[in-house]
Amino acid sequence: MEIRLNGKTREVADGITVSQLLDELTLQALRVAVQVNTDIIKRERYEEVVLQPGDTVEILTFMSGG
Amino acid sequence: MRGGEILTIAGKEFRSRLFVGTGKYPDFSTMEKALAASGTEMVTVAVRRVNLDRTQESLLDYIDLKKYSLLPNTAGCYTADEAVKYSRLAREVGMSNWVKLEVIGDQRTLFPDNEELLKATKILVKDGFVVLPYTNDDPVFAKKLEDAGAAAVMPLGAPIGSGLGIRNPHNIAIILQGAKVPVIVDAGVGTASDASIAMEMGADGVLMNTAIAGAKDPVKMAEAMRKAIEAGRLAYEAGRIPKKSYASASTTMEGMIE
Repeated sequence: MEIRLNGKTREVADGITVSQLLDELTLQALRVAVQVNTDIIKRERYEEVVLQPGDTVEILTFMSGG
Repeated sequence: MRGGEILTIAGKEFRSRLFVGTGKYPDFSTMEKALAASGTEMVTVAVRRVNLDRTQESLLDYIDLKKYSLLPNTAGCYTADEAVKYSRLAREVGMSNWVKLEVIGDQRTLFPDNEELLKATKILVKDGFVVLPYTNDDPVFAKKLEDAGAAAVMPLGAPIGSGLGIRNPHNIAIILQGAKVPVIVDAGVGTASDASIAMEMGADGVLMNTAIAGAKDPVKMAEAMRKAIEAGRLAYEAGRIPKKSYASASTTMEGMIE
């Protein structure tokens, strides 16, 4: 199925969870925040949140800034 | 709480009164050295999309979290809703509830939108955040932010990145006279003397980024800023002499030959 990930279309497995997506992206160990559509997903819910086709996923972290 | 030799913000103690941004350095390694030279204990960061290309270096590889606390900002946010959203995302990333709250009202000056800033401050304070709002040098508005529960107020010295120094020291002085929470001069510093001036006036701290990152030698400028902050603070604690229009001899006339 297709999702929008950080502004780009991405093909992922049907029924993939947030946790599995982070594994696939090798981001699991990193400090990130995940937003699915308009909801911020808490860390403890990564394993239970299943992505749906067409979901907009944003994965954010700390970058340089003043 | 204000005054005393150690700066306390929301119960957290800082030995250094200099806060430094992590943007605009030539490279991460220069930033790392500049942060060390500045003596800072808290650095600002932004919340942005993660780089999905994992071969690239990440900012956090260069920030020793045992040495520095992170102060996430909401730079680039133009509404209270957006700033609240970014603060919550930052809390998820960093597992810290501190935020340098910026709600910008105008792209060219990057001056804050007070109405939205106050609205966001109230929401975030209620949500348990330690809110450090970046505001303009308006004493009335600084008081409103304090009353809304801001842990510190951060009036600008001059527009972000402008290097113009403290453009309205009289307003900053009025803010300092009235504030019960720490006052951190945020933005506008161009060189070391600007930082000293803010500290001599009794500011509790100074936050800067471009003045260090954009200097020809950021590491050397970071050291200059550390010394300027320390010198300014010491001068404030020492209590300067009043200004007079006429001379007052340092050497006595007594004992001169007739």
